[in-house]
Amino acid sequence: MTRPMTRTVDLGMPTATGFLRGEQKFPAAAADRLTDAQLRRNLAHATGTIRTKRLRAVAELDDWEELRLAGSAIKTDAMARLPELLEQLEATVTARGGVVHWARDGVEANRIITDLIRATGADEVVKVKSMATQEIGLNEHLETEGIRAIETDLAELIVQLGNDRPSHILVPAIHRNRTEIRDIFRTAMPGAPADLGDEPRELAMAARSYLRERFLTARVAVSGANFAAADTGTLAVVESEGNGRMCLTLPRTLITVMGIEKVLPSFTDLEVFLQLLPRSSTAERMNPYTSLWTGVTPGDGPQEFHLVLLDNGRTRVLADEVGRAALHCIRCSACLNVCPVYERVGGHAYGSVYPGPIGAILSPQLTGITGPDDPNASLPYASTLCGACFDACPVRIDIPSILVELRADAVEAGHRPLPGGQDVAMAAAAWAMTDGRRWGRLIALGRLLSWRRTGFRRLPWPASIWTRHRDLPPLPARTFRQQWRDRLRRTGSGS
Amino acid sequence: MSSRDRILADVRRAIGGSARSAPGPVERTYHRENLVARADVDRFAEAVAEYRATVHRVDTDADLPALVAGLCAGESVVVPDDLPDSVIGTLDVHRDTAARPLSVTELDGITAVVTFGRLGIAATGTVVLDAGPGQGRRALTLVPDHHVCVLRADQVVDTVPQAIAALDPVRPITLISGPSATSDIELDRVEGVHGPRRLDVVIVG
Repeated sequence: MTRPMTRTVDLGMPTATGFLRGEQKFPAAAADRLTDAQLRRNLAHATGTIRTKRLRAVAELDDWEELRLAGSAIKTDAMARLPELLEQLEATVTARGGVVHWARDGVEANRIITDLIRATGADEVVKVKSMATQEIGLNEHLETEGIRAIETDLAELIVQLGNDRPSHILVPAIHRNRTEIRDIFRTAMPGAPADLGDEPRELAMAARSYLRERFLTARVAVSGANFAAADTGTLAVVESEGNGRMCLTLPRTLITVMGIEKVLPSFTDLEVFLQLLPRSSTAERMNPYTSLWTGVTPGDGPQEFHLVLLDNGRTRVLADEVGRAALHCIRCSACLNVCPVYERVGGHAYGSVYPGPIGAILSPQLTGITGPDDPNASLPYASTLCGACFDACPVRIDIPSILVELRADAVEAGHRPLPGGQDVAMAAAAWAMTDGRRWGRLIALGRLLSWRRTGFRRLPWPASIWTRHRDLPPLPARTFRQQWRDRLRRTGSGS
Repeated sequence: MSSRDRILADVRRAIGGSARSAPGPVERTYHRENLVARADVDRFAEAVAEYRATVHRVDTDADLPALVAGLCAGESVVVPDDLPDSVIGTLDVHRDTAARPLSVTELDGITAVVTFGRLGIAATGTVVLDAGPGQGRRALTLVPDHHVCVLRADQVVDTVPQAIAALDPVRPITLISGPSATSDIELDRVEGVHGPRRLDVVIVG
């Protein structure tokens, strides 16, 4: 199993730690995944199902576009006023009996959470699915500290019991089908019946009985948060199974880990996001359960509440005026489900816990691109720029434009003292294309060289690196300029 | 310098360049007003039923005890201490009081819970609880496997914005849309995981 990145040097810049970078570049990782036919079948089935449902759920609201616009505007406003909103959130949560902690990176967050758990005397915690704790590798850290973290979301449990990695933001075990899940449960779930079948209902019931006792006896829960309202100090967790409610209600101590970008200016803003999120993620009018809580309520729920505010590279993303829109993400995963690249390679190929189109813009910005050999430098290329992700995004993040911007950054970071192949090719193209006559002569030459064939199937080295994965279209018999000249002559028009 | 101050300083530095072009107030052009003049109870009932919850409609409070007794037949039942007898009649129930709240283990041994709700949302088929009168604390409506939730017709609002506007954020709030469910296996929906597997929504009026 891979280990999370740890902080090595403190340069005064916030540096992200955790599971945000894979070991392979995307093309290599993707090539490996593409050979897995089972994986591709599982993904095509699951994403196909959800795509149809999402379109139906969205079509039901005639003000969907207005909701998207409002969602985008609220997030833009929140980012522009982030320092004041965070201070306000701290004040409102504290006034209601919560304790707010600040963590610059995953290492610091893990230390804070470990200390909080230790102080309760517990050596086991129940967890609600949370991307933030996935990102910082909390479970792995707690294990080294002798604390057992039990994932209670069904898909997270499948991943945890299978000693696997999540491959989707919403459905971390999307790469597994029912038979594979049955096998994982039979092998790794204490008390699972030996004759457990592979019906989803039966599998869900097995998870229910396994986790029931854990919920009823847990003293500490760790959760993420979907939203936090600065004006009231209200936290929100949106879920389906009821494992979230169990964790947020039954234990005495609740520790919530939240990226600083999740803060919303006001409680009223939830009226927008509680419409956008469920329809975009599980394609429902509303998810089964949403829990909203403000600090501590005497006699109801956890009597000790800690909120850990996490930076871990977010201020780095915020510094980029174009790229910062990636922080508007509400983790619905609609962009993954519509992405032709994600559907074929799955989440693991992206290396980071944030896969798919949003991951391709978020991960490299959170970590920064260290150089041409950085696996995250290849993520902005994990896209055909088809734009489906932008159309699906409930907060209108212009993912394709940010991808293009990040490709430019990756090219910058890739410059070496001696020009590389791409530099030479681009310089040659610039030389050829900036002079009309020269371009015309080169095209004529190209047509001559390929006249017997339908096109250049394979170019000689070094251009063969490019044509290995691409076919050049056949060159037309006449160029556009020639056709245009002929047309003018025929019509006799001089204009 | 504390991590708090360093993060806030980092954030200020990061957005510093664009502070002058701060966006204006958010335009809210989506529907915020009632879509129909009166409570759209039919639409609410339909949406709730689509989640595979069961909807029951009665005309007056007087019809409640018989219906509730029928729904909870053969079950052990818990109610919040302040749930009026007009709902449960002579049904034998456990009462959860502030002075002696039932333990989680005790709740786990009880199969059904009867409560009021705070609101219903017609557009989404959502029942909202806020631990107000007749609703009890959150654990009460979570641990028993069967939840009977009683709402008056005039508690039904049209859409999510009206529900949010009516709620008091200081209270612990739970939005419930059908019984617990999961789509984690092949994105296929399965009803009934950790929360109550059976949800009955009773609408009075």
